[in-house]
Parts: sequence; structure tokens; C-alpha cells
Amino acid sequence: MHPEPKRPLRVGVGGPVGSGKTALVAALCRALADRFNIAVVTNDIYTTEDADFLRTQGVLASERISAVQTGCCPHTAIRDDISENLEAVEDLERRFDPLDVVLLESGGDNLTATFSQGLVDRQIFVLDVSGGDKVPRKGGPSVTLADLLVINKIDLAPLVGADLEVMRRDSVAQRGDKDMVFCALSTPDGAGEVVEWLTGQIGLWAGPAPAAL
Amino acid sequence: MGGAPVNALLLADGRFPAGGHAHSGGMESAVAAGRVTDLDSLGRFLLGRLFTAGLSAAALAAAASVEREDWRDLDAEADARTPSPAIRRASRRQGKQLIRTAGRLWPDKLDALAWQIPDGPHHPVAMGAATAAAGLRAADAARCTAFNAIAGPAGAAVRLLGIDPVQVHRLLAKLSGAVEEVVEEATSYTYAALDTLPCPGSVLLDLFGEQHAVSEVKLFAS
Repeated sequence: MHPEPKRPLRVGVGGPVGSGKTALVAALCRALADRFNIAVVTNDIYTTEDADFLRTQGVLASERISAVQTGCCPHTAIRDDISENLEAVEDLERRFDPLDVVLLESGGDNLTATFSQGLVDRQIFVLDVSGGDKVPRKGGPSVTLADLLVINKIDLAPLVGADLEVMRRDSVAQRGDKDMVFCALSTPDGAGEVVEWLTGQIGLWAGPAPAAL
Repeated sequence: MGGAPVNALLLADGRFPAGGHAHSGGMESAVAAGRVTDLDSLGRFLLGRLFTAGLSAAALAAAASVEREDWRDLDAEADARTPSPAIRRASRRQGKQLIRTAGRLWPDKLDALAWQIPDGPHHPVAMGAATAAAGLRAADAARCTAFNAIAGPAGAAVRLLGIDPVQVHRLLAKLSGAVEEVVEEATSYTYAALDTLPCPGSVLLDLFGEQHAVSEVKLFAS
């Protein structure tokens, strides 16, 4: 159920610096650009690095990627004052109508950063095992409110002494039965489960196909 | 209308969700150029900004607090007082976002302005119209605008230079008399012929605006 069936699904992608947000957005675009009409807004705190990375990856036509500056405060731009981001999202929605999904990547931030419900319909939070296996236990709005928690770089777990089982257990304690994915985004098809999740969310948002007359 | 004065606090609050937090009003370029490095140079920057861009904007806001059939003439005056294309874009962007937010707080009253200038009116024009929609007067429009003209860049300086926020607020408090001077002068233009509105230029601010637009590393939108 959704109030405005015409509007595309807006999905926030948040997470600490270096956890794999941009890699995930690139992987999602690569996997879904053939099936869905997609646009991306990036909120890198410095320059347009993330937007440039996505452009050079060639995962999406460059005019479908828009970069927003956040005045040193990435969390403010996605939570307290969403004006700049709304402006960018609506501009893309107008230019590429009808879009299926807009991905909004936040600047790297801490565990209290969460997307406003005025800005996105779903949010993904990306952690990585090398940031420490205690992170899910610390909770915070990012971990507890995210619709999907992605724990990335599991291939590094033995190297950094991270216990995936501890991370799973702590995440469940914080989040109950909300969706969670363990993955290594840099490996082939590393984003497969997230792709599947997002595909499902886009389908739910669009609602059932209209019955044939 | 008993609550109107409080609305001025809402509109002048840096947390008001209309995009202001992402703009530095030239501060980011001033810091990058080594023009603002400490509390003293910040004080000089703010004073200069207040009596140039601040006064010009405050007078436009005062004029915009009066009900108008056609907003385009006043908006064109704001264009004429903003030589830098980059600053014009930043001003319209903030104006559009202010109308978007204020239009939901005080419905219907800002529709004509939004409809006549769909790409966004200049920020001071939007602020004047928003203060009127909130039941406030010309002096409130001028005060919100003049205060914003220094509080926004001052906040950016705190973030960019790491200077003591208490010292910066002490500086803002010391400038309050100067802000009131600007408010008084700006308010005197409330019903003035539009082409007589003040236009004190600041070449350096214009240059900062242009430099910012083409700089590669930036944290702020302007």
C-alpha cells in the first residue's frame, strides 16, 4: 500500500565511510538497469567523488546521477533538512519520468544517521566486518530502523578477526526479524541477495499489475 | 495571530528545513582563499557581508513582505542586485526550498509567488513572502534576512575552521546592534519604488561565489 502510486520508490543507502555504499549502488544499477528505470542521488561529503565513480563505472547514463552537497553534515541532509535532496530527487523524477526507483546514497556517517520518512520509502544500511563485529550490538537508529541491513566484506572476516555469528545474533537482537544480508560486494554476484530484495520492494511498491481488460 | 512573533524565530532558526544548512554564503571560498582564518577575520567578513549583501537582501525581503499582484518585478530587482550567476542560482535554489517548506506551514498564501516564478524566487523575496504568510511584518522579514546573512556563514566557519562556537556566538551577539541598523534601513524601503532599493555591492563576495561554483573540492552548495 502506498499513497502515491505514480511516484517511484525512493530508497536510501546509508552507512559508515568505506563500508561499501557506492559499491552497492553501482552493483544495483548494473544488475537492474536493464529491467528498471533508475536514477541516483549521491551525497558525498567531499566533491562529487561518488557520483564521478558511478559515472566512470558506466552503470548508468551520467545525466541520471545527481550530486548534492551537504555542508559538512551528511546526516542533516538526509534527516533534519531534506530540502536539497528532495529537490534533486524530484528533478530526476521529472526529467526521467516514469522512473521505477531512485537510489539516494548518503555521505559516510555514524550509527545515528537515518533517512527521514519524508525523503525515502525504504532504507538500506551498509556495515562492513572490518569496522568491527561489535557494531551491530551498538545499535542506533541506523541499525534499528533500516529496512535492510547489509553486512559487507564477509570475505575479510577471518583476516580481521570478526565473528559473523556474533554480528548476526546482535543484529537480530536489535532488529528482530527485519531483513539482513551477509555479502562480499566485490566478489562476482556479491550483491545478488540485495538485488533480489530491492526487486521485491520495487514490485511491492508498484502494486499488482493492472488486470487485463 | 497571537503566535506570529514566534514564527520569526522559526524562520530565522538554522534548523528550519529549507536547505540553508548546505550554503556557506561565500565562507567556504573565503576560507579556501585564506581570507578568513580566525575570529578577527571572521568578524570583518561578517560585518562586510551584513552591510552589503545583507542590507540588499533585507531591503528586498521588507519589500516582499507587502502583498503583491505580480512578484516578477521585485524578483527582477533581486536579479539586478546579484551580479554573480552562481550566487543567483544559489539564491533561487534556497528561495524555492523556502517556499516549498513555508508553503506547507502556511498553506495557500504563497501559491501566487510559486506559480509566477516556478524556478524559485530569490531567497530574500521568498523570505519576505514567507514572513508575511506567517503573519509577520516587514521588520521581521528584514531581521530574519539580515540575521541569516551572517548566521549562516558564521555556522559554516565553525564547521570549516573548527573555531570555538562560543566565541563565534559572542561575535554574533556583538553584531546585533549592527543587524538592527540594517533592519531599520531595510524596513524604510518597504513601500519604496522598486528601482530605489539599495544595492551595495561586494565584489569579493561575487568572486567567491563564482570561485566556489568551479572549485573541485567543496562541502557546501554555495
